Amino acid sequence: MNKCNGALGSPEQQAKLKAVIEESRSTPGCLMHILQEAQSIYGYLPLPVQKTIAEGLNISLSEVYGVATFYSQFSLKPKGKYKISVCLGTACYVKGSDKILEEVQKELGIKVGECTPDGLFSIDSCRCVGACGLAPVMMINEDVHGRLKPEMVKGILDSYRREEQ
Amino acid sequence: MNIKQIDKIRSDKKALIDVRRVVREQGEKLAKQTGCRKQVLVCGGTGCTSSHSMKVIEQLEKSIKELKLDDVLIVKTGCFGLCSLGPIMIVYPEGAFYAQMTPEHAKTVAETHLVKGGHIVKELLYQGTVAEDGSIIPFAETPFYKKQMRIALRNCGVIAPEDIEEAIAAGDYAALEKVLTSMTPDDVINEVMASGLRGRGGAGFPTGRKWSFAKASQGDIKYVVCNADEGDPGAFMDRSVLEGDPHCVLEAMAIAGYAIGARQGYIYVRAEYPVAVHRLQIAIKQAREYGLLGKNILDLGFDFDIEIRLGAGAFVCGEETALLTSIEGHRGEPRPRPPFPATKGLFGKPTIINNVETWANINPIIVNGAAWFARIGTRTSAGTKVFALGGKITNVGLVEVPMGTTLREIVEEIGGGIPGGKKFKAAQTGGPSGGCIPAECIDTPIDYDSLIAIGSMMGSGGMIILDEDDCMVDISKFYLEFTADESCGKCTPCRIGTKRLLQLLTKITEGKGEPEDLVKIEELASHMKQSSLCALGQSAPNPILSTLRYFRQEYVDHIESKHCEAGVCKALLTYSIDPEKCRGCTLCARNCPTHAITGKVREAHVIDKDICIKCGLCLANCKFGAVVRS
Repeated sequence: MNKCNGALGSPEQQAKLKAVIEESRSTPGCLMHILQEAQSIYGYLPLPVQKTIAEGLNISLSEVYGVATFYSQFSLKPKGKYKISVCLGTACYVKGSDKILEEVQKELGIKVGECTPDGLFSIDSCRCVGACGLAPVMMINEDVHGRLKPEMVKGILDSYRREEQ
Repeated sequence: MNIKQIDKIRSDKKALIDVRRVVREQGEKLAKQTGCRKQVLVCGGTGCTSSHSMKVIEQLEKSIKELKLDDVLIVKTGCFGLCSLGPIMIVYPEGAFYAQMTPEHAKTVAETHLVKGGHIVKELLYQGTVAEDGSIIPFAETPFYKKQMRIALRNCGVIAPEDIEEAIAAGDYAALEKVLTSMTPDDVINEVMASGLRGRGGAGFPTGRKWSFAKASQGDIKYVVCNADEGDPGAFMDRSVLEGDPHCVLEAMAIAGYAIGARQGYIYVRAEYPVAVHRLQIAIKQAREYGLLGKNILDLGFDFDIEIRLGAGAFVCGEETALLTSIEGHRGEPRPRPPFPATKGLFGKPTIINNVETWANINPIIVNGAAWFARIGTRTSAGTKVFALGGKITNVGLVEVPMGTTLREIVEEIGGGIPGGKKFKAAQTGGPSGGCIPAECIDTPIDYDSLIAIGSMMGSGGMIILDEDDCMVDISKFYLEFTADESCGKCTPCRIGTKRLLQLLTKITEGKGEPEDLVKIEELASHMKQSSLCALGQSAPNPILSTLRYFRQEYVDHIESKHCEAGVCKALLTYSIDPEKCRGCTLCARNCPTHAITGKVREAHVIDKDICIKCGLCLANCKFGAVVRS
């Protein structure tokens, strides 16, 4: 029980989650909304959070888990402080975004979907952020980096590393 | 508010908006009536904000304050279309089109142009608007804009989308007024039917017919849904409409609600579109405050309200039944049709579901009449189509053209051709469900039926231009990776079929292809088309089938000669150094990450093919053209 509470985060996070469930539970089709809110509270959707939601809505955990794993936006693993998202939409792909992704993975020594051991960076690929005029692009949190070349990747990551020091 | 109050807003602010729509001389006269000597429109769409247009706005506001220019108005708009030149800023009444702005440029423009008696800063203009003799060409006359016709995008880049009064002044909600005061539900449906409008989401089903089915369905609760789950990677038409003119979608949904007898609408929008979601939220709030949504709209006794539901990144949710399942809070898996949503849709009630661009056409159809709309475009496809033009093209951006415009006009005139003197190879339309249009079909007039006839489809409007450096087998593989990843797994033909197709394509790109693989691909593709549950699986083979149709030789080359003409498929490439051309500068050897290149200074170098990882750095670095890729 203690272990579960640990993964459920701080009392504030728990209270927020409970409030979201309470507020939305009567709206038809509220599960997606609750998962989205839960992810913004915790940064990801650990199993204890999913259990709390299932209990709160009086549905099975498998249903919650089914929805949480269906949509790419939901993550069951924690993300880095800086979430890197390399666009693999068609416009970026034909301009070589696969090489950008390769370079980011090489530079950080992790694969897509993983997080660096220090918790600083995580890598994902995405489908079109809509900045096709700047292709190829990647996003790091809210910042868009465009017209990329593989040799620019290190410098960009270094600028975030510097911010940490 | 009632109609009188809304009409007053419209007439009060009309001149302000008109300045942005008329030619220069009239604009200057009009500007005097508005009290705004200059209006500066800065694009606040995702494309331009990604290149930091917000910093341009901040600087402008600062400069205007410092220079005490009280009669200059700054307007944050939606997309102007020419995204590759962002951030874009237009100054009216002159219509001066500034491109690739920086905060420093903004300061210069404020000090030189926006001040009283100022003049246009020519060096900072989009150079396409400066003629050889130095005179300024109106941007509407430049090749990018000239052949366009903006119906769905009529207000994008013209109004401030976060200000409902600007939207009203630009004509939004005029159709709703007309419908509620002078048309019966049947009149509305007949008008939409007569216009010939077909769904802009991809399949092209006649919108009016969809509405009439939903109206005919029995039931006291019905729903209206807007599909804003734009999933085609590289397409951003719907996002631009939502960012530039969200009210036109709200209005159209209310009109449909009146026509079929629904009182509740849902907009299902991608959570990956934060700007669009934010503007929709503002728009809904303002529309409720102004009595244009909610109870007793315009005091005319009609109730209609709209809620936003956020998608969470699943391509299949663009399919209408999957989208409805997702709104209901479940895994977004499609349902068998029939029953169609018009009889049994959201929460089991009759529902109409249209995509954003379709909704954006409703206001002009009601205001100008079906006959006006039906005259635009081709016989079977009325109106215009918005395309998100991307890939190997000079003018990357958003274009809206009448149906029937040829691909050549879009690529060569509007798009400004292929950069770097490369040759046009194909245009990919319809995304993962569509196909490639080869150079020999470049004069095909684009509409729903002609695209299907040449093996592609309209799709939602993504148009990616490919040049000679793109390998068609690799492009097919790219799309199959996408559909295999996005297949929801509910039906077997799609779940396993996409995986097997991807395996076969991977095999071919790795140089392990066998002649019978093409037969297997074609057989499997035809099974998938016939037996998949929804459009995702039925159309997943299209990218392969269309490239096999027009570029079969490329597949054969990969399989039989183990050769990739475009030089994309790494496993099929070899790098070598031409000893005649090599000067022994050592640059390649120094850059080689695996030390595969050896040789003495001023002597020809050699690449060890066993160590080479085919990264191509030697080719990129050689100044003498000595590195050969074959």
